[in-house]
Amino acid sequence: MTWLFWAVLLLIAVWLIWTYNGLVALRHQIDNAWKQIDVQLKRRYDLIPNLVETVKGYMQHEQDTLQKVIDARSRAMASTGVKENSEAQTALTQSLGQIFALMENYPELKANHNVLRLQEELTTTENQIAFARQYYNDLVMRYNMKQEVFPSNVIAGFFRFQRSEFFSVPEAERAVPRVSLKLPLFI
Amino acid sequence: MFCFLLFFFLIGLSIDYLFLDAFTARGPSFPIATLIALVFSVTVAYTGYRQGSKLILSSVGAEQLDIQIPEHRELHNVVTEMALASGCPMPKVYVTYDPAPNAFATGRNEESAAICITTGLLTLLGREETQGVVAHEMAHIKNNDTSVMLLISVLLGGVVLLSDWAQRSIFGMRPFRRASSQALLAIPALLLIVISPLISRLLAMAVSRQREYLADATAVEFTRNPLGLAKALEKIRDAGMPFQKATRGTAHLFFTNPLRRRIDNRDGKLANLLSSHPPINRRIMLLYQMGALPGPAARLRVEALDAQGAR
Repeated sequence: MTWLFWAVLLLIAVWLIWTYNGLVALRHQIDNAWKQIDVQLKRRYDLIPNLVETVKGYMQHEQDTLQKVIDARSRAMASTGVKENSEAQTALTQSLGQIFALMENYPELKANHNVLRLQEELTTTENQIAFARQYYNDLVMRYNMKQEVFPSNVIAGFFRFQRSEFFSVPEAERAVPRVSLKLPLFI
Repeated sequence: MFCFLLFFFLIGLSIDYLFLDAFTARGPSFPIATLIALVFSVTVAYTGYRQGSKLILSSVGAEQLDIQIPEHRELHNVVTEMALASGCPMPKVYVTYDPAPNAFATGRNEESAAICITTGLLTLLGREETQGVVAHEMAHIKNNDTSVMLLISVLLGGVVLLSDWAQRSIFGMRPFRRASSQALLAIPALLLIVISPLISRLLAMAVSRQREYLADATAVEFTRNPLGLAKALEKIRDAGMPFQKATRGTAHLFFTNPLRRRIDNRDGKLANLLSSHPPINRRIMLLYQMGALPGPAARLRVEALDAQGAR
C-alpha cells in the first residue's frame, strides 16, 4: 500500500507545480500584452505628425481639426496615470476619426499614394491597439478565473497571487464606431 | 492520430500473417513486417513533420510578400493584427499568384507557422473580409490544427503506400497450407489491406471537417466580427473557382475546398462523409447565427440543417 501513497503524493506534487507554473506564465503573458499595447500607442504617436503634414496642404479649411489632433497627441503623450492616459487616448482616437471622416470630402486625397499608405498604416495601428487590448482583457479574464475556481484557487490563495485589472474603455469611446472598418479603405 | 498508427500496425500484422506465416510454428518468431511498417511510418511521419510545410508551400508556388505593393502591405498589416489578437508570434506570410480565392496555414507549431493567401482572394475581398479569413487561418495555428493536419497528410500517404505495396505483392503470395480455421482469418486480413487507404482517407476528412467549424468559431473570437468571415465565405462561394495547384492530398489544408466538386455544397450524410470541408452554406449560416443575425437564412434550408443537430 505504501507505493499507492507515494504515487498519490507524486501526482499531487506534479499537479501543484503545473498549476503554479501556469499561473506564473499567465502573469507574465499579461505583462507582455500590456507592453504590446504601449508599443502600438507609440507607433500611433509616430504616425500622426506624418499624416498631418501630408494632408495639411489639401485640407486648408480643416486647420483647427488638424490642430486638435496635434494637441490631443501631445496631451496623450504627456499624460500620466491610467485614468488620465485612457481619457487622453480616447480623445486622440476621436479626433483621428474626425480627420478620416473629413478626408472623404477631398477626392484628391484619395488619389494620393502617400496619404492612402498613411491611412492604411493608421488604420492597422488603430486595429492593433484594439486587438492588443482585447487580448490583454482575455488573458486577465483567464488569470482571474483561475484564481477563483476550485482547485486552482487554493494554490493562488496560498501563494498570494493578485487579481489583474481589466482595461476598461470609457463610456465615450464605446460610442465611437471603429473608423477603420467603416471607410472604404481597400485600395 | 492514434487510428492511423493502429492502421499501420494492423496492416503490418496482416502482411505478417499472409506472407510470412507468422503466429504459426513455421513462421518467424516475431512479426517482422509489423516492425518494418512501424519503423517506416515513424520515419515518414518524422521527416514529413520536419519538411512538410516547406514542401506544401513550394507545391503551391508560394512567394514572399512584396511590401511595396499596397495589397501585400495591407495583408501584412491584417496578419499582424490577427497575430496580436490571438497572442501568437507573427507567422510568415506568403502569397501565391492564382485567381482562385483561397488560403491555407501550415507549420509545426506557433513559431514556425506560415500563412499563404492567393492573390485572387486579395483582389476579391475587402479589408474586413480578409481579416476574417486570416483570423480563420490564425485559429488553425492557435488550435494546433496545422501540425495535426501536417501529420495526417504524411500518415495518409504512408498508409496508401504500404497498402499499395501489399496489394501488388498479393499475387506472389505463397499458397495456404494452414488449417481452414486459420485460413478464415486471411479474408479479413486481405480486406484490411484493400480498404485501409479508403478508411484512413475518410478519417482524415472527418478530422478536417470538425476542425473547420472550430476554426471558424475561434476566428470570431479573435475578430469579434462574424459578419466579415461570413461575407468572405459568401464571396468565395459565388466566385466558385477551383484552385489549380491543390491536389487531393493537400485539399484538407485549405480555407474552402479547393477542388470544388459539386458534392461539397450538398448537405447530407454521404456528402459529409466524402468531403474534406463542411458545406460552405452551413458555415455561413452558423456565422450569421453567431452574430445573432438572421442573414440569408431562408434560402439555406435552415430547418433541414437544424434537424441534423446544432453542431
